[in-house]
Amino acid sequence: MDFGAINPLTLIATMIVAAMPVLFAAIGELVVEKSGVLNLGVEGLMIIGAVSGFIVAVESGSAVTGLFASVFAGAALALIFGILTQFFHSNQVATGLALTLFGLGLSALLGQSYAGIKPPSFPYPDFGPLADLPVLGLLLFRYDALVYFSAVLVVAVWWFLGYSRAGLALRAVGENHDAAHSLGYKVVRTRILAILFGGACGGLGGAYIALIRVPQWTDGVTAGAGWIALALVVFSSWRPFRVVLGACLFGGVTLLQLNFQAVGIEINAAYLSMAPYLVTILALVAISGSGRRAALDAPDSLGKPFRASA
Amino acid sequence: MLRLEPRLEASRTWAALTPVMAVAATMVAGAVMFALLGKDPLVAIRTIFWAPLFDPALAAYARPQILVKAAPLILIAIGLSLGFRANIWNIGAEGQYVMGAVAGGGAALAFYPLDAWWLFPFMLFCGLLGGLLWGLIPAFLKVTFRANEILVSLMLVYVAEQYLASVALGLLRNPDGAGFPGSRNLQTYESAHNAELIAGTGIHLGVVTAALAVVMVYALLRMHRTGFEIKLSGQSPRAARFAGVNQAVLTYFCLGTGGAFAGLAGIFELSGPSGQLSIDFNVGYGFTAIIVAFLGRLHPFGIVFAGLLMALTYIGGEMAQFMLNLPSAAIQAFQGMLLFFLLSMEFLTRYRIRIRRLERN
Repeated sequence: MDFGAINPLTLIATMIVAAMPVLFAAIGELVVEKSGVLNLGVEGLMIIGAVSGFIVAVESGSAVTGLFASVFAGAALALIFGILTQFFHSNQVATGLALTLFGLGLSALLGQSYAGIKPPSFPYPDFGPLADLPVLGLLLFRYDALVYFSAVLVVAVWWFLGYSRAGLALRAVGENHDAAHSLGYKVVRTRILAILFGGACGGLGGAYIALIRVPQWTDGVTAGAGWIALALVVFSSWRPFRVVLGACLFGGVTLLQLNFQAVGIEINAAYLSMAPYLVTILALVAISGSGRRAALDAPDSLGKPFRASA
Repeated sequence: MLRLEPRLEASRTWAALTPVMAVAATMVAGAVMFALLGKDPLVAIRTIFWAPLFDPALAAYARPQILVKAAPLILIAIGLSLGFRANIWNIGAEGQYVMGAVAGGGAALAFYPLDAWWLFPFMLFCGLLGGLLWGLIPAFLKVTFRANEILVSLMLVYVAEQYLASVALGLLRNPDGAGFPGSRNLQTYESAHNAELIAGTGIHLGVVTAALAVVMVYALLRMHRTGFEIKLSGQSPRAARFAGVNQAVLTYFCLGTGGAFAGLAGIFELSGPSGQLSIDFNVGYGFTAIIVAFLGRLHPFGIVFAGLLMALTYIGGEMAQFMLNLPSAAIQAFQGMLLFFLLSMEFLTRYRIRIRRLERN
């Protein structure tokens, strides 16, 4: 075994880039779940974001325009979910799955003639001499702009949920929608907005894969990242900063496989790939079984339908 | 102004009408979608919904294929419907299906090349057991730790898929396969082959089992106490508690049955139409079965129709793929839309829309 072949700095840097798609999707889903809605359609949101971002980027010649398109497309698809679950009181599990199926199918149709094209490249901010610093340069100053945006987004979500009035209302709606309703909070409106935010983030996460990470369009390019994002929200027990940590771990698992192979450690890749899911189940058991402390973070009304009485 | 009024009882008329309306709406929306993508909408709809059944050149191949595809969908959906009725959400049937196939296939391959009458039933039993045990994991975690079964069963799908990948590349890889991934083909393993019962019809033992399962579940729901408890827990959990329904037992029962049926579907598929345990052995039947269960309104006979319809879209989708050059995933857009329309129309069974004039005072 020769661990020297793994450069820890490069590993961390690539781990962060690998974490981005799930991070965006998970931070969106976290807000959705905090409002008491379980949207299982994250994979669909991501792939629609990926395909629309890719198409618009190629047609307009600008990756940034593509990203905006992916945000709108994700939110638009999520709106279908929002209308069905909030106004038509449809089952959230079934609607979420329908969203994923529809997204996968539609994206394959839309992207059919875009396979194998190279998208316009995404701008990297220039930090000048900072990027040449010995350790910090590689670790902090050589990412694409979205990595820095994700940091802002996570802090914003953390502040919003924990310290803003609107965030408090959102959590109240997710905790007990009947009580929140009787206090005068708009349950349905809050949830629709949360679902739209979740869709926008999911779309952005998908676009990150197709435009920056891969960058190419192939059918099913998100490859299950949406499901990992769902797992991640539970794993992090609905806390924004733990989502970052989890996303790096989950993103890191794939990289570890490659690196392990490179230095000749024999671990069956399949067992490494199932680790995130097993860890999530363990986390779920720990959260649900351990009485009050950690269970408090789980929104109490998660997945339950709300209908205003009178 | 329009006003919604909850119905005291779900409307039976609408319950029967909505799936039909949803299918019609899906065809219209699908036609619009194809037109926007520059394909001839009428030809596309005709290829997907009509050609597999009635096209003289294709029907001979397609009709048996519909049964072959519908059988696992119906078998899985019928098991899931029990849980869905009781508000127990097993969405990990895909994983239970995979584990059934791995367990059953593994058992059969362990005795290769044995020629014995008991091998086939033993293999089916192991397949059932594999799915059952995989389904009992979320049940156990829900009963013991109150862990959400939706998330646990979903996570276990991906664990099962990875496990499948590892055995297809390792433990169960065909030793005579020149190093290619995938197991021996059970179709060439006489005593484990789930052959067609009547040649050319597509009817294999899995189709018969699916039909039996439908009748069994129908009888269970109509005549047995457990069936009553399932329905009661779904409609009114509080009333069920007062009536002394043991929620833990019900959870084990529903998730276990769902798992066992999915496992059986897996081993029937492996030993019959598919033959080989490979990385991409599972094709999403476990997830599509959830749509089938909803489309059939969780009713055993409804599920039969829904399963046949969904199988039709699969075959039609395949035909559209090579006749119209549509991507293979396109059919999922159809299935998703169908579920969207169904879920939104389901509303009509539970609410009545009243038109009321605005009153001024």
